[in-house]
Amino acid sequence: MTEITGYLRPDGKVGVRNHVLVLATVSCVNGVIQRISREVPEAVCVPHAFGCGRGGPRDLQILFRILSGMVRHPNVGAAVLIGLGCEVSNTRNLAPLIRDCGKSVEILNVQEWGSLQTSRKGAETARRFLAETQAQPRVPISWDRLMVAMECGGSDAMSGVTANTALGAVSDWLVEKGGTVIFGENTEMIGTDHILARRAKNAQVAGSIVQMVRRADQLAHDVMGNLAGLVISPGNMDGGMSTIAEKSMGCIFKGGSTTINQVVDYGEPPTEKGLVLQDGPGYDGDSMAGLAVSGAQVMFFSTGRGTPAGFPALPVIKVASNSRIYRAMADDMDLNAGTLVEGKSREVLRDEMIALLARVVNGEKTKAEANGMEVFTFMTVHPPF
Amino acid sequence: MGFERRFPLIGGPLTDNVLIIHPRDNVAVALRDLTPGEEAKGTGLSGLPVLHAIPAGHKIALRDLASGEEIVKYGEVVAVAARAIHKGEWVHTHNLESKRWRK
Repeated sequence: MTEITGYLRPDGKVGVRNHVLVLATVSCVNGVIQRISREVPEAVCVPHAFGCGRGGPRDLQILFRILSGMVRHPNVGAAVLIGLGCEVSNTRNLAPLIRDCGKSVEILNVQEWGSLQTSRKGAETARRFLAETQAQPRVPISWDRLMVAMECGGSDAMSGVTANTALGAVSDWLVEKGGTVIFGENTEMIGTDHILARRAKNAQVAGSIVQMVRRADQLAHDVMGNLAGLVISPGNMDGGMSTIAEKSMGCIFKGGSTTINQVVDYGEPPTEKGLVLQDGPGYDGDSMAGLAVSGAQVMFFSTGRGTPAGFPALPVIKVASNSRIYRAMADDMDLNAGTLVEGKSREVLRDEMIALLARVVNGEKTKAEANGMEVFTFMTVHPPF
Repeated sequence: MGFERRFPLIGGPLTDNVLIIHPRDNVAVALRDLTPGEEAKGTGLSGLPVLHAIPAGHKIALRDLASGEEIVKYGEVVAVAARAIHKGEWVHTHNLESKRWRK
């Protein structure tokens, strides 16, 4: 098998990219992030819609976990945090959560410097960090240091037949190699909790699985009422799905067939290796953030209707479920699992996916990376005040 | 020319017209619209006569299923037969029921 390489982090993690992250702590400073992005396009500049205006304990937990988790992400080599000053997730509150990661982190607040000076200082720092990170060498790493996220979005009737079975084969292979596979999207587990629970490593994990799926089911009913039935929709049925269990099987199959070792909260890093489930939502952008912040260094993302979405600092490998979308969105798709119904064997496709995974780990850009298709958003539970 | 014409769903020569996802499965997935009288072909399956019109993405029974028998796809039980289902028959909401919301 191909040798893979990565970057050793001071906290013992391994990255497959060495990005300089420029992160807003609150939406008020997005203009500064955009100015820095124009001046230093090589940096991963992340504006967003969050940082203040929500006060519930769950929203605060997620806010701090995601923002600090972006800085701590193993694919980030150094970071510039752009704060405002009076926001909830201000840099004074964030600093203790990132201090021990051992990376170069510079903090700038717009209420101390104004937007133009902050932009200039931020760009200067980003350039300095780029020079630093570019000098750091890749070193050989073993497959068991990898955590790969499995995601599906913009699904079609073939997603569960071709693309997710292919993702499942890669999942089983990586777990066999000692690595970690993580997937979430709890609404897409509804109807399969008993199947997932049977695969849990012990009764406690089985209990967490059942609890997670029941809660997702209940929440869908509480929020959507009768429309909750749309988790299996008329369109799904027209596509050949007869039951919610059948639809969900097509989703969870992307995690393969191995023992489920742990259930983690949204954005929480696992302490176990092997197959791990995340209690997170099905919406693509929110799901990607949770999986990335849990520590996944690479993501496979299957799609049948087609989506270009990637995620900051995270290589996202797009797997088309059919030849139509692979060709129509040729600039966005990395692999075509539609070939599975055109005579290609599952083994050959799986080996091609593993070979691409190795190249991506070693630095080859995915289409989403090359095209700059990053999306950054994350889950909230209450409206802003 | 329309999108669906420019980009056909199936991009290459199609030898198989059904796919068996897991060895334990007793249904297969139609890869294109199947018509009564033709034969379903896939890896591990040769010459199963198709009894009904079956749309692409839908299920075909690989063997006779008794009423109440579990329907297995992905190697897992996804439904139960609501009545006897013949080999080669279309399997969908008209002849199965969900275990989860069983009437």
